[in-house]
Amino acid sequence: MTEGKKINRIDSIFKEYADDKFDYLKMISEMSNDKIIRDLTESGLRGRGGAGFPTGDKWKYAAAEPGDEKYVICNADEGEPGTFKDKEILMKVPHKVLTGMTACAKVTGAKKGYIYLRWEYKFMRNDLQKFTDEFNRVLKDMNIDFEIGIVTGAGAYVCGEESALFDSMEGMRGEPRNKPPFPTASGFMNKPTVINNVETFAASTMILLFGGKSYAKLGTDFSHGSKLFCVSGDTDKPGIYELELGMTLHEFVEKFGDGDTKAVSVGGVSGALVPRKKFKDTVIGWEGVPTGGAMILFNSTRSIYHILHNYLEFFEEESCGQCTPCRIGCQQLRKGIEEIKKGEMDPSYLDTLSNLSKVMNVTAKCGLGQSVMNPFTSAVTNFKEELLY
Amino acid sequence: MKKLINLTIDDQKIAVMEGTTILEAAKKSGINIPTLCYHEDLCIAGNCRICIVEQENTRALPAACATPVTEGMVISTTSSKVRNARKYLVELLLSEHNADCTACVKNRHCELQTLAEQNHIREHTFIDLKFDKNYTIDKLSPAIIIDYSKCIRCQRCVRTCEEIQSISALSAAYKGKDMKITTFFEKPINTVVCSTCGQCVAHCPTGALTEHFYIDEVWDAINNPDKHVVVQTAPSIRVALGEEFGMPPGSIVTGKMVSALKRIGFDSVEDTDFTADLTVIEEGNELLRRLKSKIVDKDPNVKLPMITTCSPAWVKYCEHAFPDQLDHLSTCKSPMSMFGALSKTYYAEKFKIDPAKIVSVAIMPCIAKKFESNRPEMNASGYRDTDYVLTTRELAVMIKQAGIDFNKLPETNFDSLMGVASGAGMIFGNSGGVMEAALRCAYEIVVGNDIPFKDLSITPLHGSEGEIVELSLTFRDTKPEWSFLEGVTVNLAHANMLSNAYKIMNEVKDGNSKYHFIEIMSCPNGCIGGAGQPLPTSREKRAARKDAIYKGEKQIEIRKAQDNPQIVNVYDDYLGKPLEEKAHKLLHVPGFTPRKRH
Repeated sequence: MTEGKKINRIDSIFKEYADDKFDYLKMISEMSNDKIIRDLTESGLRGRGGAGFPTGDKWKYAAAEPGDEKYVICNADEGEPGTFKDKEILMKVPHKVLTGMTACAKVTGAKKGYIYLRWEYKFMRNDLQKFTDEFNRVLKDMNIDFEIGIVTGAGAYVCGEESALFDSMEGMRGEPRNKPPFPTASGFMNKPTVINNVETFAASTMILLFGGKSYAKLGTDFSHGSKLFCVSGDTDKPGIYELELGMTLHEFVEKFGDGDTKAVSVGGVSGALVPRKKFKDTVIGWEGVPTGGAMILFNSTRSIYHILHNYLEFFEEESCGQCTPCRIGCQQLRKGIEEIKKGEMDPSYLDTLSNLSKVMNVTAKCGLGQSVMNPFTSAVTNFKEELLY
Repeated sequence: MKKLINLTIDDQKIAVMEGTTILEAAKKSGINIPTLCYHEDLCIAGNCRICIVEQENTRALPAACATPVTEGMVISTTSSKVRNARKYLVELLLSEHNADCTACVKNRHCELQTLAEQNHIREHTFIDLKFDKNYTIDKLSPAIIIDYSKCIRCQRCVRTCEEIQSISALSAAYKGKDMKITTFFEKPINTVVCSTCGQCVAHCPTGALTEHFYIDEVWDAINNPDKHVVVQTAPSIRVALGEEFGMPPGSIVTGKMVSALKRIGFDSVEDTDFTADLTVIEEGNELLRRLKSKIVDKDPNVKLPMITTCSPAWVKYCEHAFPDQLDHLSTCKSPMSMFGALSKTYYAEKFKIDPAKIVSVAIMPCIAKKFESNRPEMNASGYRDTDYVLTTRELAVMIKQAGIDFNKLPETNFDSLMGVASGAGMIFGNSGGVMEAALRCAYEIVVGNDIPFKDLSITPLHGSEGEIVELSLTFRDTKPEWSFLEGVTVNLAHANMLSNAYKIMNEVKDGNSKYHFIEIMSCPNGCIGGAGQPLPTSREKRAARKDAIYKGEKQIEIRKAQDNPQIVNVYDDYLGKPLEEKAHKLLHVPGFTPRKRH
């Protein structure tokens, strides 16, 4: 059994620590760029969208790039099934996000920032636009040469992938680009760009308020700080919770499960589908199973075959379709488990499919195709009988 | 300053310049990593993933075409991880592909087929995903046929249409499993902005995009005793056809080609270079007439620059993209259509053959010529100027069908009525050739002497691929009747690829063009890089063909169109004077057709 942290609720993102929402902005405007980078680096903050790139490094790399034209982009294309925290952040505490973006702009020298808002969140666009306008006015009054705009996506899951998001913003078909070059060198409009998740920007603001070292005290050596978790599925307590990183899945299920939890999708459909027998050994964090926030609980009334089938249908449709392993691989996996279930294909074909998912994991052009393996191999390894019979 | 990067590929240590891709570095050390969506003419897509390699201490397998080398990188191109993954990728592509190879035009020339063979695919691992058998093949265009069931979505056509031609008639639509390559609103290709240049066909790795074949129709005409079949061959066929029979690119096979055509059974084998000479005379005179109207008569209706119209894809593109600028186009027909018109009139009269019985066939390096021959205005004689257009590749198929051992053929000359041509006609095959040929003629008309370039070769016009080449020429010591051109400097430009035409035409449209005369060719390097030429197309092959054209031209005794005795004859005996009544009726188009953007 892995020694995990006790479950511990934190309240930094949604709680107000200032009298006025522009106080955070005043605070960062008085900080030196070195201090901002130092605090972020010391905090150990890693991208909260799920990929987990160290935020301080990202900002630092973009700052080191030559040129005047740079961009700060807030990825609000919250498309991962089971994730709904960014919506809440943008509705409740948008000033923390915009402040984080401004801190990033200050460090990198970007003069323009954008929030890429997913199509499904267009209901909040007017309110967010109003607030952004107000924020921009304040920036102007404070003589900060930075302006934030909002771009609405068109409803594709793949546009949450940073380089596909740039394509989409540039008015093109959203397809992930080849990397390198990475966004910090060549991103939006092929200019140095910092792109971070909504929560990452909000967390950055709070880190700059509390100080990097104090944030780093939370969590584990690999996974510092706290993070928002979106709890859904078979639970009596669905919702958004800010928790310290590093707890085991067992702790989590004890708290949020309905007593009959069979599996948890940690990180949504592109994350692992962890079975009950591994709850105690699974640390939620970079040293174990990381998550962008989605925690979908399933109890014993759920069929893993149907869950996996549903996931694969999702991937099949949401792949951008450009690269071979993802476009065709997803179809083969979905069709494959159907045929096995029907008895049209031999059970041994499941091994072929497993290998296929592993090939997809190493050959797909972007994270979408690469991560299909996560739920697929966990389902095959842990719930094989449910897929066969 | 770029620095050298050291890396190891398959245990070989090499050093390459910073910015080199793994694919290029491997090639330098003699390792050809298999590719599919990669094409040297196009930007890197990295979407087929066939060129994956294993990089030490890296989880994912990077695509060699899209990954720049880094210091100390250790690469394996044949590790088991790579081999197994690549095999799966090929099998995935096959599971989606209509692999009915024996019924496919690309059989034995298909890049996917080659990959299947290289990877030793001997069974179908995955479930057959081929879509409904009731799909339709888009055969409505006289030029291009699209069979979506054979498309592997590598997007080479999409990149070709966008990067080389700036048209984007083909693009990716939908996503995920439904992602496909298609036209605007999935309309048939003949109803969209497609210029029919066919470069997509030349860059397609499979049989998804092909030309519209007319081989059987031509055989039927040859075998029909009531028909008299006249064939013409474009300037650039003779420098490319040999490739289809194992000769190195740039081999000049004029004599063997004529022999083959005669053995196949064409009643008369003539040379498009002859009507290229005729185009030179007509277009040269048209330019001088326009200059005169502009300078002396100050006629506001005369448009300069005048732009050549030999390239049918360019004409169609202009009709779509610049429908209000069509007055800039020369009214001269292309050499092919001039020949077609003469074959049903001059030729018919000379040999006393009923033009209704004449079938005029053209061997062209071009797919758009198939469209041109179908244009309603190309029937000056009352009959279709050109009945069938075959590509270089189709001719090669016919030669093979006839069982002819091409390499052993003797050399034969073209037939005599329209079979003599000058070097000026031959250089039409290269981008810049029409302009050079026209200048040799126009300059002599105005000044009375040869154009002042060594050996008549206007080398500043021999530009490289994809370049907009400019030249200024000042007339001195003009003849009295052309004295208004004394000291006048004319600005000339030529360009290939429609992406360059787009740049030039925007200047023309805005009234900022400094040119008087512009030559535009649609394909990379002009006709020698035409979409009907032997495949696969590459820069190296095009360069070899280009050299062959200029080399071949120098071997021709007559270098100027106006010195061609058959040209003198056709005007004396039949046409009268350039641009005058009969010449105008047969050799010029009444006008162009403004077309929509979509």
